[in-house]
Amino acid sequence: MRFSFTPEQEEFRAGLRRALEARSPTKEVRRLMATDAGWEREGWQKLNRELGLTAVHIPEAYGGSGFGYGELGIVLEEMGRGLLCAPFFSTAALATTAILNAGTEEQKRTLLPSIASGETTATLAFSEDDGRNDCAGIAMTAAPSGAVYRLDGTKSFVLDGHTADLIIVLARQPGSKGEDGLSFFTVTGDAPGLERRRLKTMDETRKLARLQFNGVEARLLGQAGGAAGPFAKTMQQALVCLANEMVGGAERLREDALSYVKMRMQFGRALASFQTMKHKAADMLVDVELAKSAAYYAAAALDEGDGDMPAIASLAKACASEAYLQTAIHAVQMHGGIGFTWDNDTHLWFKRAKSSEILFGDANQHRETMMQHWGEPS
Amino acid sequence: MSTGTMSEAAMSEPTEESVRAEVRAWLTANWNPELSLVEWRKKLAASGWGAPHWPKQWYGRDLPVKFNAIVDEEFHKIGAVGVAKAGIRTLAAATILAHGTDLHKEKFLLRILTGEDTWCQLFSEPGSGSDMAGAVTRADRQGNKWIVNGQKVWTTSAHKAHWGLLLARANWHVPKHKGLAYFVLDMKQPGVQVHPLRQMNGHASFNQVFFTDAIVEPEFLVSDVGDGWTVATTTLMHERRGADGLRSWATASQAKGRIYEEERAEIATTMEPYKWYPQRAGRVDLVLERAKATGKFGDPVLRQEIAKLLIMSKAAEWTARRARAAQEQGRPQGPEGSLGKLVSSHVARQAARVHTYITGSDALLSGEDSPLGGVIAEILVSVPATSIAGGTDEIQRNIISERVLKMPKEPSVDTDKPFKDVPRNITAS
Repeated sequence: MRFSFTPEQEEFRAGLRRALEARSPTKEVRRLMATDAGWEREGWQKLNRELGLTAVHIPEAYGGSGFGYGELGIVLEEMGRGLLCAPFFSTAALATTAILNAGTEEQKRTLLPSIASGETTATLAFSEDDGRNDCAGIAMTAAPSGAVYRLDGTKSFVLDGHTADLIIVLARQPGSKGEDGLSFFTVTGDAPGLERRRLKTMDETRKLARLQFNGVEARLLGQAGGAAGPFAKTMQQALVCLANEMVGGAERLREDALSYVKMRMQFGRALASFQTMKHKAADMLVDVELAKSAAYYAAAALDEGDGDMPAIASLAKACASEAYLQTAIHAVQMHGGIGFTWDNDTHLWFKRAKSSEILFGDANQHRETMMQHWGEPS
Repeated sequence: MSTGTMSEAAMSEPTEESVRAEVRAWLTANWNPELSLVEWRKKLAASGWGAPHWPKQWYGRDLPVKFNAIVDEEFHKIGAVGVAKAGIRTLAAATILAHGTDLHKEKFLLRILTGEDTWCQLFSEPGSGSDMAGAVTRADRQGNKWIVNGQKVWTTSAHKAHWGLLLARANWHVPKHKGLAYFVLDMKQPGVQVHPLRQMNGHASFNQVFFTDAIVEPEFLVSDVGDGWTVATTTLMHERRGADGLRSWATASQAKGRIYEEERAEIATTMEPYKWYPQRAGRVDLVLERAKATGKFGDPVLRQEIAKLLIMSKAAEWTARRARAAQEQGRPQGPEGSLGKLVSSHVARQAARVHTYITGSDALLSGEDSPLGGVIAEILVSVPATSIAGGTDEIQRNIISERVLKMPKEPSVDTDKPFKDVPRNITAS
C-alpha cells in the first residue's frame, strides 16, 4: 500500500492550491453561495480547462487523464480546503464514477468525453424524500416505452440537481423490491416533465435539489436490473472522495484557528500561550492527521482494488465526520464571539463540516457498516 | 584532497552488498555456539560487528546506522547471538559515547556489549516527574569525592543494576537547568538502597532508590557541573528514539546449546519488568474475538464502541506508516510523526472501555477467576500507565503545540531564579 505522495502528486497539489487560493477566496465563495445556481459556468469551465479537473480519473480512452483515486482525492482535498463553489463533486465523484461502473463501452465513449472536457456537468440522483442512501429506499419506477423508459417519482437531496446538464437516475422496475430490478438511467437536465426545485440548504456552498419526474423520457445506462452492484461501488467511491474533501476543510479550519489564537491578545498575552489553547490545538492536530491518514489510505485502497473496500470506505467517512465536526466546533470556540458572527469565515466551513457529516450517511451508520464487514462470524 | 584519494574513498564507500559480504565472511570464520555468551561477545566486540555504528576505536566499524538491519539479518540467518541490547544499557552506551571520557569508555563500553554489566537510569524523583529538571537529589563535593543524598523513583531494574546514570543537583544557587550534574553511580555500595515500587496493577516493575551518603568517585562525573541537563537530554533523546526497541519483546532463540541457554536467561531477566506492557496498550487484537466468544457482538452499542476503537487504531497505524514513508524517502517528517504517543493513549483507553463492555460482570474479577487467566483484568488496571509513562499526555500536548504548531510557551516562574528560591515539594530528602 502507498503511504506517501509522489513528487509529481505534491507538485499537482501545490499548483491546485495556488489556483484555488487565487480564484476562490472566501469573498468569491460568499458571492457564489448567494446565487441560485451556486456556481458560474464560465469561471468554472475556465478553471477546469486549465487544470483538467473533471478529466482526472476518466481513462484516456474516454478523453480523460487516466489518473486514479489518489489524484482525485488530492483534487477533492484542495477543493474542500478552498470551499470551491463548483459542480465538481456531483460531476466527477458521483456521475462519472457511476457511468464508469455501470455504463457500456459505447455509453462511456458517448458520455464521458464532454464531462472530461468540462462542457457537461452531471449528477447522480438516488435518494428520495426519506433521504436514505441504500437500494431499499428507491421507490421511483421506470417503465419501458419503446426504445426508452419513462420515469415517475421523486428524487431529493440531489447534489447540484437544479443545474446539472446530465442526471444519472437510479430507479426500479415497477413491482421490484430491495436490490432487485434497479437500473441506472440518463436524463437530460431540460427533459420535458422534469421539475427541478433548489432546496434551501444549511450549507449554502453545497446546493441540493428536489427533482419531480412526471413521465420523463430516460435512457438505460448499463444493464437493465443490474444497478445494485455498480451503485454500491459508486457509493464506496463517493465516500472516499467525500472523506478526502472533508480532511481538506478540516485542515483549513485547524490552521485558521491556530493563526487566530497566535494573533489574538487577551490578559496581556497571546491566546496561543495559554495551555488550554495549546492542548486543544494539539488535539485538533491529532484528529485531523488521523482522518487524513484514513482518507489517504482509502483512496490508495481503491486504486489497488483492496478487498476490504466497503469497510475501509466507511471507516474513512466515519473518521472524517467526527474529525471535521469536532475541528469546526473547536475552531468556533477558539475564535470566541467573533467566531459566531456571519462576517467571520469560520461558519462557512462549520456548515460544510455539518453537511458532510450527514451526506451519504452519518458516522453511526458507517461504523455499523464497518462492523458488518469486519465482524461477521468466521 | 587529490582526485586519487577521492576515488579511493568512493570505492571503499560501504554498500549493502559489501557490508553483507563482509559480515557474512566474518561470521562464517568465527561463529562458535560452543563459546560462553561472554567469550563470544568479547570476540564480537573486538571485531566491531557487535555495534557496527559505533566508532572503530570503540568496538564499532563507523558504519552508518542504516546498515545495522543488514548485519542483524546475517546474524539471524545463521542463528548467531548478538551483543547485549535490551534494557537501559543501550542508553548508557549512547550517552557515554557522546559525552564520556576515554576512561568511561574503557571501563564501561565492553561490559555493556558483553552483558556483564546491567544499568539503570536515576532521573525521575517523587518530587519531579514531568518537571525532571527540578530534581532535588543532591551531590555535594567532600574532599575529592561526591556524596549523594536523596531519592529516585520509577527505576527499572535498579535491583539488578551494577551502575546507574544519575542526575543530581550540585549547585543550588543557579537556575534549575544550570545546577545539575550527571554521574555514573556504583549501585553496589552501602549508601544505595533499592526497594520495589508496587503499581496499581500489582506488578512491581520499577524501584525506588534511596541514597544516604552514597559515594561517587570524581572521575565518574560525566558532565561538567552545570551541564548535567545537556547530557540527560542525550539519554532521553535515545530513549525516545529507541523506545519501541526497548519495550518490544526481545525474543530468544529456542536453539539448543550453552550460548543460547545463557542468552535466554539474560532476556528473561531483562524483559521481566515489561511483561504487562502489551496489556497496558489495550490489547486491541483481542477485541473482535472476545466480542464474538461472549455472545455480545450483536449489541449495537458495543458495535459502535468497537468500531470507534478500530477506526482509531487503524488510523493510528496508517499515520505511523505515513511518517515512516516520509522518513524512508528522506523527506522532512510532517506533524504525523509527533502524534504516536498521544494517540496510543486514546487507543488504550478506548480498548479498556470496550473490554469492560464485552466482559460485563467478569470484569469484577481478577487473576485466575477472570477471563483469559487474568489478561482482561490486567488490561483494565494497566491502561492508566499509558498516558503517564514516558511523558504524560499533557506533556505530549505541550511538545506538539510548541514544536509542531509553534505556539508560545507559557510564562515560566522558575527558570530564571536560583533553584534554592523555587517553591518545591517537601520530600524525604
